[in-house]
Order: sequence, then structure tokens, then C-alpha cells
Amino acid sequence: MDNKLKATEEQLAYAKLLDLGMKFGLLMLVITFAIYVSGILTPHVPVGDLPKYWSMPVKEYLKATNIHTGWSWLYMLGKGDFLNFTGIAFLAAVTIFCYIRVIPILFRKKDTVYAVLAIIEVLVLVLAASGLLKSGGH
Amino acid sequence: MEKHFVKIMSLLLIVLTVALFAGFAIASGDAPPASPIDPAAGGSSMPWWAWPLMLFVVCFLLGIVAVLGGVGGGVLFVPIIGGFFPFHIDFVRGAGLLVALAGALAAGPGLLKKGMADLRLALPVALIASSCAIVGAMIGLALPAKVVNIALGGTILGIVGIMLVAKKSEYPEVRQADNLSTALRISGIYHEVSTGQDINWKIHRTPQGLALFIVIGVMAGMFGLGAGWANVPVLNLMMGAPLKVSVATSKFLLSITDTSAAWIYVNNGAVLPMMVVPSIIGIMLGSIVGVRILAKTKPAAIRYMVIGLLLFAGLRALLKGLAIWN
Repeated sequence: MDNKLKATEEQLAYAKLLDLGMKFGLLMLVITFAIYVSGILTPHVPVGDLPKYWSMPVKEYLKATNIHTGWSWLYMLGKGDFLNFTGIAFLAAVTIFCYIRVIPILFRKKDTVYAVLAIIEVLVLVLAASGLLKSGGH
Repeated sequence: MEKHFVKIMSLLLIVLTVALFAGFAIASGDAPPASPIDPAAGGSSMPWWAWPLMLFVVCFLLGIVAVLGGVGGGVLFVPIIGGFFPFHIDFVRGAGLLVALAGALAAGPGLLKKGMADLRLALPVALIASSCAIVGAMIGLALPAKVVNIALGGTILGIVGIMLVAKKSEYPEVRQADNLSTALRISGIYHEVSTGQDINWKIHRTPQGLALFIVIGVMAGMFGLGAGWANVPVLNLMMGAPLKVSVATSKFLLSITDTSAAWIYVNNGAVLPMMVVPSIIGIMLGSIVGVRILAKTKPAAIRYMVIGLLLFAGLRALLKGLAIWN
């Protein structure tokens, strides 16, 4: 097979990290959910009360359950339901790690335009993840 | 590595199933009578665990149908779960984005390694779509549920229209690459296994295509649908990428677009683990079964079944939003 047919170095590096991250994230998701439903860690919202809340708009749910937005879940990792957010957040962060991984490769290959595009993408995703962007609510 | 991972995941899924049933039994025994079966509280007379269990089963079936029908799981998930389950549309969209994200993350590595998904094509497109998905997610969470349902219903009916009329082109004719794609060096060669040919490709109409991704990004974030239904026609028919490259790049693209929107839903509290995890596991297991069925048969009728399903779910969302069918 011709060399041109092979995926580029940065594409392979991205794929490798994505593969590892995705598998680790899914494992975390399954393990933390098993802990949640088995009741090993007491949840913040009792599972039996969930039907009262899951039909509410998110703003009402947050108010009724006294849950704060943003990264406040980090302080509640001892609760079975909030422990799940480690897996969810990890899966949502995998793409950011992948982009960071390819930036040095792009610079080394003097592909400055794509390196800058990748940096901007990291900034966009970090901004989204930061919790600074709040929705107006309804 | 792959076999080990499958074994570990299978083992964990068995543990999870046992834990689920044990947890259900414990919760059923411990919970105060009024809590899990209080119709006034949850709008349902069913025990709390029945809904996540049904969600898992329905998502498993959606996973099979999505693969056989050639659509993403997210586009089926939001209208169907939003229309027929008691969950608020805010949580459904949050879960829908994470379902689409998990599927895209799982498919991404293979598509990139084989050179089917193209990083050079995806990067500029993803930057626009993911930025706009943030805006879409914020708009979506700020709008009242009825407005979201009306807009979602309209969008789903639009998707049905696209699925019915849009043509696909295996190898679109691109006589000359445009200046922007030339400057960005967006082109490639992929090996078509079925014919043994190496296919050279380049794209055109890049500025127009990128402009359309503004709309696609906003809609992906607003409705939590994933966006393969829109990505593929734009990459394939408008920009001229070969169909397989378009489908693969679109799938990979979702892993970036949905990441940005998913963070907005996570940070605004619109993610319930009790919905998200059964949905992701159900759809993923369903997809595995779907791929196995697809390897043996290609049921053409399934695509029309998916279109019918979407038509019904779209009408349901529209009528729910208009308070005609609550």
C-alpha cells in the first residue's frame, strides 16, 4: 500500500489516545453506575424519589434537590449518584486530551494553521467545560 | 487488547445487571410506599426502576434499528424517549448528546486508523460546529419545553424529508478544489476494499459548507440529536467528499461537536446518571447486535421503518409542544 494511503501521524496519535480514553471512560461509567445502583454509596437524591424530579425542567429539579451547577459535583463524589459524573466528565474530556496530543505533532510538521486551529478548538472545549457558560433558564 | 476489553466489559455488564436487580430489590423493599409509586409525584404509577429498565430495553432496540437503518442513535433517542417517557425534555437532550457522544467516541478510533475519517477535513468543520453547538445548547436550555418540542418536531419532520429525498453520491465529481480547501490541504486517498481501488478525493464549496455547519452545530446543541443526518449530505453532496469518507468523518465529527454541547448540559445540571448510563449501555449493546445482523442481511425495509418511526416521533413532539397530544 502506498504511503499516501496511510493515516497521518497526527491522525494515528489522535486515534490511539481516543481509543484508550474511550475504553477507560466506558469502564468508569459502568463501574460507577454499578456502585450507584447497588447502593454501596448513598445517593444525594434517593433513587425512589427520582420519578418526582425527572419530569421537572432542569431549573426546578436543581432547586428542589438543592444541587448546584458547574463543577460542584466534585464536592459530592461520596454520593452514589454524583460518583457517576467522573465517568461522564472523563468521556466528555477525552476529545480535549486528543487535541492536546496532536498539537506538538502539527507544530513539528510546521503545519501551523492546523496547530492553531487545534489550539482554538481546545480553548473552545475548555470554555464549554469550565462551567462559566450558564444558560438563562426557563 | 481488544479481546481482553470485550471480556472485561462483558464481565462488568454481568456485574451491572446483577447489581441492577439487587439494587431494584433493595430499593423496592426499603422505599417508603408513597415515594416510588406516587402518581402525583412522578406522573406514573410504576415503580421508579421500571423506567430506567424500560429505557435500557428501548435503547437496546434503538441501537439495533439505528445500525440497520443507517442512522445515528441520537436522532432516534431524543424524539422517541422525549415523546414516550416521563422524562423532561431537558434531561432527554442531555442524555441524547451523551448517547451520540459515546457512540462517536467508540467508532472514532477505528475510522481514523483506517483513514476513512479524515482529520484534516474534520478539524476546521469541527471548530465551527462545536462552537455553535455551545450556543445551541445554551439557547435550548433557555427555551420553554413547549417551544423546544415544537422546534424539535419540526426538525425531525425535516430530517424525515431529507431522508426521503436526499440522494447520495459514492464519488461526487469535484473538477477543481476551491481555494480554501487547497490552502488547508484538505484532500486524500482512501482504499476502497470492495473494488480494490485507491480513491483520490478533494473537496469544493468549502466556505459554503463551513457556513452550513454553523446551523448544524446550533441544532445539534439545541436538540441533542447528534447531527449525522445533516453532516453527511453537506460533506458528500455539497462539499464533494466521497460517501464513505463523509459518513466516517461525520461520525468522528460528532465526538467533537457533541463534546462541547454535552459540557453545557453537564454544567447546567441537565444530566441524570440514572437516564444516561442505561441509555448509553443499551444503545451500545444494541449497536453490537445490529452490526452482527447487518453482516448477515441488509434489510432495506428497516430504513422505511426508521423513517416511519421518526415521522411518528416528530409528530408526537410537535403535537406535544402545541399541547394537542400531551
